[in-house]
Amino acid sequence: MLILECPYCGVKAEESELAAGGEAHLKRFGAGSTDEDFEGYLFARKNPKGVHFERWRHAYGCGKWFLAARCTATLEVFGTYPAQTAEPPADLVAKIKQKRPEWEGYK
Amino acid sequence: MKRYSVFAIAREAMRHHTGWERAWASPEPKANYDVIIIGAGGHGLATAYYLGKNFGITNVAVIEKGWLGGGNTGRNTTIIRSNYLQDPSAAIYDKALKLYENLSQDLNYNVMFSPRGLLMLAQTHHEVRGYLRTVHANNLQGVATEWIEPAKVKEIVPIINIDGPRYPVLGALWQRRGGTARHDAVAWGYARACSDMGMHILQKTEVTGVRQENGAVTGVETSRGFIGTKKLGIVVAGHSGQVAGMAGFRLPLEAVALQALVSEPIKPCMDVVVMANTVHGYMSQSDKGEMVIGGGTDSFNNFTQRGSFHHIEETLRALVETFPMISRLKMLRQWGGIVDMTGDRSPIISKTPLGNCFINCGWGTGGFKAIPGSGWAMAELMARGHAPLAAEFGLDRFREGRFIDESVAAGVAH
Repeated sequence: MLILECPYCGVKAEESELAAGGEAHLKRFGAGSTDEDFEGYLFARKNPKGVHFERWRHAYGCGKWFLAARCTATLEVFGTYPAQTAEPPADLVAKIKQKRPEWEGYK
Repeated sequence: MKRYSVFAIAREAMRHHTGWERAWASPEPKANYDVIIIGAGGHGLATAYYLGKNFGITNVAVIEKGWLGGGNTGRNTTIIRSNYLQDPSAAIYDKALKLYENLSQDLNYNVMFSPRGLLMLAQTHHEVRGYLRTVHANNLQGVATEWIEPAKVKEIVPIINIDGPRYPVLGALWQRRGGTARHDAVAWGYARACSDMGMHILQKTEVTGVRQENGAVTGVETSRGFIGTKKLGIVVAGHSGQVAGMAGFRLPLEAVALQALVSEPIKPCMDVVVMANTVHGYMSQSDKGEMVIGGGTDSFNNFTQRGSFHHIEETLRALVETFPMISRLKMLRQWGGIVDMTGDRSPIISKTPLGNCFINCGWGTGGFKAIPGSGWAMAELMARGHAPLAAEFGLDRFREGRFIDESVAAGVAH
């Protein structure tokens, strides 16, 4: 059972209390963008086997969206953080680097 | 290759079964092939088989990281049907079903195809309308399906409870030609036929890189060294994104875990396949007597080949209401497979940005039933550069907005 700590209410919620929202930190392309950019925004996903930054909603709790860093190959959770950010916090990235030296980084 | 027949069984019985050949060879890799297929699951082996059978291309290697048919081919719930809403889907899945009907004879290998009939239960009014629409669409496509009322459902499946308080059975979409087949045998049968044509099946050979020059693939780096090729086909399901990454392009895919489980064996009680899409429960009875149950997918990206436990509970809770007699059954095994989901829940059989590289992926939760049709179309695409069955399933459909939207059509995973 996947357990994520909601960064807003502090509840350690199991996955049945949460709703997954897909890849985090997508750059949004809308009207006026090229077809390639719009296609990429809608459909292209990193889908890594390893460290993945993703959106979750504490659906049956406080209802807020938050972000999480998780390994898709082992289900290890590195940490969660509030959604009001354009990229993962530096301390979390450093923590992941320490645990996964071969990780190529967020970009 | 010595053919399998009743005479072969009699002959071997007389000499203590000392004359059976290995079903396929395990050769050393050559330096070069005309075609390399990455992935020796059902789809990859079927692609190789139809390259040889339909186009005479037999200088082919099928490269597999693990063992033959050890991925989703050996993990699915073996359901075969072609009652899809959209025309391109119905065309390729019905081609697959027609090939399945004669596959044992074609391959000289018993794939145990059992056209026992398949029911998709309508348990909400939304589903009733959806399946009535599908029946009309199927009639126009030439795919024989019919809508049946609850009393007929009860006649076909005596163990069903049609009056459940939460999930009543309001009718069903009935495809008589649907059914099951032995999933391992499909992979083994294709492998044996490919090996007989002189193709190389290289198991325990992991592709670690794709070498390219001037926008074309020249070969693949593997754990057994570099192997050159004129054309490359990527047919690796859950790890499509990883292999495409080696080739330098991205795919509109996300990998999630899909679960299945089987019960202890019991006496024959249900001789059709029943799908309950509202509750993500799919059930049939295997020849051994086990109830084979397919569940839902996890909602998050996952490569672990095991699913979340609460999905098992949700699936079984709903199935127990619809099939009260299974409430005392013990479940023997549970497992997961990594399925590659596209945005419109339809597969990709396509050219790629690399001129001589082709990809077949995105079958999501419904790949087994498509294996022969998928291989047929992929082989034609690789041999000729164009395949009518694959035409609508190109990668460019995501940019152009030409979706084959089976997620809305099915309402759920399929």
